Amino acid sequence: MFRAINKVAKNSKALKNQTEVIRCLSAQPQTKSKQTPRAEKAAKPNLSFVHNLFRGQVESSQVFPYPIALNQEQIEYVGAFVDPVSKFFSEVNNADRNDMNAQVDEETLKHLWELGAFGLQVPQELGGLELNNTQYGRLAEIIGMNDLGLGIVIGAHQSIGFKGILLYGTKEQKEKYLPKVSSGGVYAAFALTEPSSGSDAASIKCRAVKSADGKHYILNGSKIWISNGGIADIMTVFAQTEVLDEATGQKKDKVTAFIVERGFGGVSNGPPEKKMGIKCSNTAEVYFEDVKIPVENVLGKEGEGFKVAMNILNNGRFGMGMTLGGTMRYCIQKATDHATQRTQFGKKLESYGGIQEKLARMSVLQYVNQSIAYMISGNMDLGSNDYHLEAAISKVFASEAAWYVCDEAIQILGGMGFMRDTQLERFMRDLRIFRIFEGTNDILRLFVALTGIQYAGSHLKEVQKAFQNPAANLGLIFKEASKRASSYIGLGGVDMTGLVEPSLKNSAKLCGESIDMFARTVESLLIKYGKKIVDEQFLLNRLADSAIDIYAMASSLSRASSALKSNSPTADFEKLMVETWCVEASDRVRINLRKIHSAEFNENYKRMSVISKKLCEAHDIVHNNPIGV
Amino acid sequence: MSRVLVGVKRVIDYAVKIRVKPDKSGVVTEGVKHSMNPFDEIAVEEAVKMKEKKLASEVIALSVGPPQSQETLRTALAMGVDRGIHIEISGKDYEMLQPIHISKMFAKIAQDEKCDLIVLGKQAIDDDSNQTAQMTAAVLDWPQAVFASAVEKTDGGLKVVREIDGGLETITTKLPAVVSADLRLNIPRYATLPNIMKAKKKPIKKLSAADVGVDIKPRIEVISVEDPPIRQAGSIVPDIDTLVSKLKEAGHVK
Repeated sequence: MFRAINKVAKNSKALKNQTEVIRCLSAQPQTKSKQTPRAEKAAKPNLSFVHNLFRGQVESSQVFPYPIALNQEQIEYVGAFVDPVSKFFSEVNNADRNDMNAQVDEETLKHLWELGAFGLQVPQELGGLELNNTQYGRLAEIIGMNDLGLGIVIGAHQSIGFKGILLYGTKEQKEKYLPKVSSGGVYAAFALTEPSSGSDAASIKCRAVKSADGKHYILNGSKIWISNGGIADIMTVFAQTEVLDEATGQKKDKVTAFIVERGFGGVSNGPPEKKMGIKCSNTAEVYFEDVKIPVENVLGKEGEGFKVAMNILNNGRFGMGMTLGGTMRYCIQKATDHATQRTQFGKKLESYGGIQEKLARMSVLQYVNQSIAYMISGNMDLGSNDYHLEAAISKVFASEAAWYVCDEAIQILGGMGFMRDTQLERFMRDLRIFRIFEGTNDILRLFVALTGIQYAGSHLKEVQKAFQNPAANLGLIFKEASKRASSYIGLGGVDMTGLVEPSLKNSAKLCGESIDMFARTVESLLIKYGKKIVDEQFLLNRLADSAIDIYAMASSLSRASSALKSNSPTADFEKLMVETWCVEASDRVRINLRKIHSAEFNENYKRMSVISKKLCEAHDIVHNNPIGV
Repeated sequence: MSRVLVGVKRVIDYAVKIRVKPDKSGVVTEGVKHSMNPFDEIAVEEAVKMKEKKLASEVIALSVGPPQSQETLRTALAMGVDRGIHIEISGKDYEMLQPIHISKMFAKIAQDEKCDLIVLGKQAIDDDSNQTAQMTAAVLDWPQAVFASAVEKTDGGLKVVREIDGGLETITTKLPAVVSADLRLNIPRYATLPNIMKAKKKPIKKLSAADVGVDIKPRIEVISVEDPPIRQAGSIVPDIDTLVSKLKEAGHVK
């Protein structure tokens, strides 16, 4: 991905249009080929809240009312699983031992297979439990409360390892592989990352060459940091293949996804990597040497591997929000236990404002994160395809919120939190990877900002076009003109107060104002930088942070509104948390957006670029210490 | 042996802190987590094991209680029970239901379903009656082997090790019989997710008290349910002499 950015920087004119640039940058696959007529594209409106946020419009259909995709029976179904899964963790699994031994013992794994934890979303007739995303997420929450390392063993297996077969597999592929991986004791892995290809996934070097008779591919290359890489017998592997472009008649390298069995021969792996956290999860290099893959093991279409990879990752991202919601809950339990028991200076810790602020923030973050995660899984289960920016936001939010919450829990416990027995130090180590893997938060921020800007930009183009033929497009022009006029005179084009329960009106107003300010910023960035905005990462990051805060406000406002409407026993408490969140989040949005416009801050970004450049030249700090020796 | 009947009662979960209703008419059950009576889990495990060892052809679970008792039956089905019977009784009727009523229902079902063995938990952890197994044996005029810590099939019937005061007693009994499970009989399995899923398809027959011809008119009246007295704060005494004199003062030693 960074390669793509550099390319743009070097030769931005060479790129045909903005759409192309951002597709390369994004973690979202281009779902339609370039040949697709524009008219068809316009036919299906994008229902994503975050996409439309960049245009200053509130697309509320996926946010209000709070989407719950489960009926009573489905709730009872997953409810019956909560106890046995919790019991597994309290009676069978030992997270501390898993961490210490850097592996999960056979006995525990056997229990886990019996429990059915490896095929949660596989259809029942193929050996799984056929859970939808929300139900899966509910169980992931329990895993996150107990053992993140074990969570990765389970998640790498089904959330990405064989998810491709579930999403893109043919009937034959599903029938052949899913029973094995859901209940047959066979582990799966997802093999995308390579030594020279991390965030820039399209640049992989593994290569599969079709045999002369067209019946096989011969795969060569290697992958690194593959979760379950040392234990998986079935892998989803991505490799370059030569594909004929039908339009131009030219041959071109394109990524293709394959289902590779270890049994094909030529598959081997390195020793387990030694890691900072999630130690019990096996991470290893995987090597492919003349691996003979039958053509029927192509997953999805030939040449569409990049799309397959990105959709698997997009599809699995929501699970992280669920899992880490559980982790945060554990941290809060530990912190409140300590705060209510520990006396210092003659008073319980809980009576001090400093501790109260920490605990409150922890709870608010847990609530907001959970609201986002369940909103996305709800939308996915209701059939939405417009959730990719939301899922990216959820991943960023969850991994950073959990890091913060765990860190604060340790701080509240003081020295006790630093000790192994409390288990918080293990969670802290385990949590660190969540900001890195499955799309780093840095890349996902750019993905959110640039995809959003692209969406807003394409809309602006339509408006420009309309002006070329005003007579035929009067409606659109008037609508646009009135929208702009109202936002410029400061009335606020966005009013969300009608979407929430009356008692949350003030919070909704803060969210609406943030959206107004946000959209104006997007517009001014587009006017000022055009497609060169891709180079402005200092600004894009602040824009992304604002988008995250705004989506977080909207999701939690919606959830609390639903709670108030249904007279939930915790509704008033939820309202309290959302009010707290909206005051802080909207304030942050204001500050972040100001830092985009402010000349003083823009000057600072230049300074920072210079500082960084000097460091990188020196490969060290540039200054000496004050005493000069 | 062909058929085993087990009893599963839905009780407040053992981990829940019990709260007494302000009007002292009983304990708060609404919004409180319930689960299968732990002794019943042991009974189910024993019956399912018999089926796995081909000592039983079918295991039936019976639960008497409100509509939610179906969830408890589902748990039993997920543990390996073949089918469930639910005698639905709720509200005031259920609150006043006593072992005498339950035992008559078990007797009736055992006869209707042609069961050869009834395995019950030795007591429920909510009312601690410890009567149902004994009364059921009496109603049916079957032999009873209560507080079992080991059950073994013999040619003519069962060899049962019983936990009694001061040790273990081994007895033999003919079939049909009623057995009640003690804590050390086995370690019950927990339901796996695939089995919970499959249990959804197993049948549960719903009946009423009238269907089994049992008069559920209460025989007793609950006058008052109260919390145990709150423990008084202790104090630290400087030496043994003070301790002894204080104990004498309070009349604990002479």
